[in-house]
Amino acid sequence: MPAGTEAAFSMRGNLLRRNLLTALLLAPATLWLVVFLVLPFVAIAIFSVGERAPEGGYQAALTFAQYANLPARATAFWNTMVLAPAGALACLLVAYPVAYYLALRAPQRWRLILLALIVIPFWTSLLMRTYAWMYILGGRGIPALLAYVGIEDLRLINTSGAVLLGIVYGYLPLMILPIYVSLERLDRRLLEASADLGATPVSTFLGVTLRLSLPGVMTGFSLVMILLLGEYLIPTLLGGGKVFFIGNALVDLFLQSRNWPFGSAIAITLVAVSVVVLIVANRISTRLSGARRVDLI
Amino acid sequence: MSKSYRDGLPISPEKFVDQLMRMKRGSISRRDFLGLTGLGVATAVMARELGIMPTPAYAAENLGDRMSIATWPNYHDPATFENFKAETGVAVEVNVFGSNEEMLAKLQAGGSGWSLFVPTNYTISTYKKLGIIEPLDMAKLGNFDGTKEDARFTAEGTIDGTIYAVPKNWGTTGFAVNTKKLAKPMSSWKEFWDTAMAEGDGRTMVHDYQLTTIGNALKYYGYSFNSLKQDELAKAEELLLKVKPHLFAVSSDYQPGMRAGDAWMTMCWTNDGAQLHRDIPEIAYVLGKEGGEIWTDFYAIPKDAPNKPAGYALLNYLMNPKVAVKEHLANGAPSTDARVNALLPKEVLDNPILYPAADLLKPLEFGAAATLTDPGRAELMARFKSA
Repeated sequence: MPAGTEAAFSMRGNLLRRNLLTALLLAPATLWLVVFLVLPFVAIAIFSVGERAPEGGYQAALTFAQYANLPARATAFWNTMVLAPAGALACLLVAYPVAYYLALRAPQRWRLILLALIVIPFWTSLLMRTYAWMYILGGRGIPALLAYVGIEDLRLINTSGAVLLGIVYGYLPLMILPIYVSLERLDRRLLEASADLGATPVSTFLGVTLRLSLPGVMTGFSLVMILLLGEYLIPTLLGGGKVFFIGNALVDLFLQSRNWPFGSAIAITLVAVSVVVLIVANRISTRLSGARRVDLI
Repeated sequence: MSKSYRDGLPISPEKFVDQLMRMKRGSISRRDFLGLTGLGVATAVMARELGIMPTPAYAAENLGDRMSIATWPNYHDPATFENFKAETGVAVEVNVFGSNEEMLAKLQAGGSGWSLFVPTNYTISTYKKLGIIEPLDMAKLGNFDGTKEDARFTAEGTIDGTIYAVPKNWGTTGFAVNTKKLAKPMSSWKEFWDTAMAEGDGRTMVHDYQLTTIGNALKYYGYSFNSLKQDELAKAEELLLKVKPHLFAVSSDYQPGMRAGDAWMTMCWTNDGAQLHRDIPEIAYVLGKEGGEIWTDFYAIPKDAPNKPAGYALLNYLMNPKVAVKEHLANGAPSTDARVNALLPKEVLDNPILYPAADLLKPLEFGAAATLTDPGRAELMARFKSA
């Protein structure tokens, strides 16, 4: 056997061994994804072309009637498409100054403590924290205090304001952290250079700081927005079940009217919408970071 | 020499009881700890075989240490479950639901984990049809006495002569009004809906439940509470969509809102009406004179109950009139059981919220089975909620 072939063989052996090792290492994650993501998704896809059984549930069929019926939940889709970006935007407006302060202004020794303070509320479940808001905003909370100073019968709970507050409160850390990370990595010399070249603080912020933190902003924005697309808890608890998200429509279809096929069709559509949102956000964020590279050279 | 049952036991009965009592006081050695698992098994075996432990009637069957019940909001005396645990060692997990549809959905999906649940009269035939519930084994329910039950309220638990569910209590669906905030006297569903759009703007709640919310909107026009007619449902939908922007909430858990003063008026079940009025006298309970719903809630055991022995034990416990009377005093709903009524104080039996005048009861309708599964009503409710 020529020496070359032998070397090729052992190289192939190495490669094979390495591939095997990679496969073994990936096996648990793959298994997890197949069992808990792919299989349920396939089940939902099969349900979505079925029919509602007479007493509710699923009955095998091959029809696209469920998808044709999607306009029946147009209001819920519309509410979600308006409220998810609006909620994410409100979150962004609150989160950016906080992240800016943490990354660029806060004293070094406080930074870790402040970051911890932002993350700690996340250790309690969203349900508990939302219930807490129900009591704070309810008649025995803030309105009761305001009654002492003569403001009677003020209603805060079950308003769109309460839902917005719940959203901002619930998702704030998810917005702060990516922005903080992108601001923290910011090269301070760029800010000095900008000032040296005669830029005002405002134009430095707009032209340098904001531009360079945009990938973080986009990450936070798409993260919050995708979670909001499936949100149903906050509108139920703080909106009194009157503000109807697509998540609420899903809960009702599975738990009240038991129309699993229609619910499945909506779920598939929601996943498709989320994927589109992710792709668009990813495109924008890539283009922005691409622009940054050009600027720097 | 005949073989005694004591041979081969890991520990003598006397020593076992002694050790167990010591542990109960909180003193535990390392050896005790290591032997604990074995001891646990021994407890179960010995308590049954030897009769050396104080044996409650339930020990005839292994009840496990936990079970789960599905029921409605504010519907039980929490002490009942505490006492049941003290007597049997079974901890009861309580799941609260706002509609029969939701209970059915969980049971249809399977794996609900409930060993006992509380369906309303009109749903039982559907549960039976779907094979979700089984005939009750009446031998295990010695505390139930069918002859003492009011036949008006028990009929739907028995299908073709077989008992599938036994009654918990009956009641009505009316509305509760905070008379300090809404002083004008009201007596009809028409006034309820009209007030919701006027003085009660932003302060009115309706159930997150198609049967009552659609049913009582149908009553605005004097149609049947159970109507499935297209044109009548269309009118009800029109009203509901008109009222929607004026509502405080669409939710079946209305006590917190009413108690906090955020809500001034709500669709309401007897038991909640009685509880609210008892604690806050200015909250009145009104039955619409056009009619509305009269109901009986039942206890039933799902076919796939993970702990049937405990389900039966709890059901039998709840059927004991001495226990049931405390439940009724706590939840405020009238009983179907004459033995319980005999134990209730006179002021309860005279309470018009619980026992409305005959002329108010007459126009009320029991929910109809078809409303539970009708896709038209379900979609109407969805359109109302998403509007």
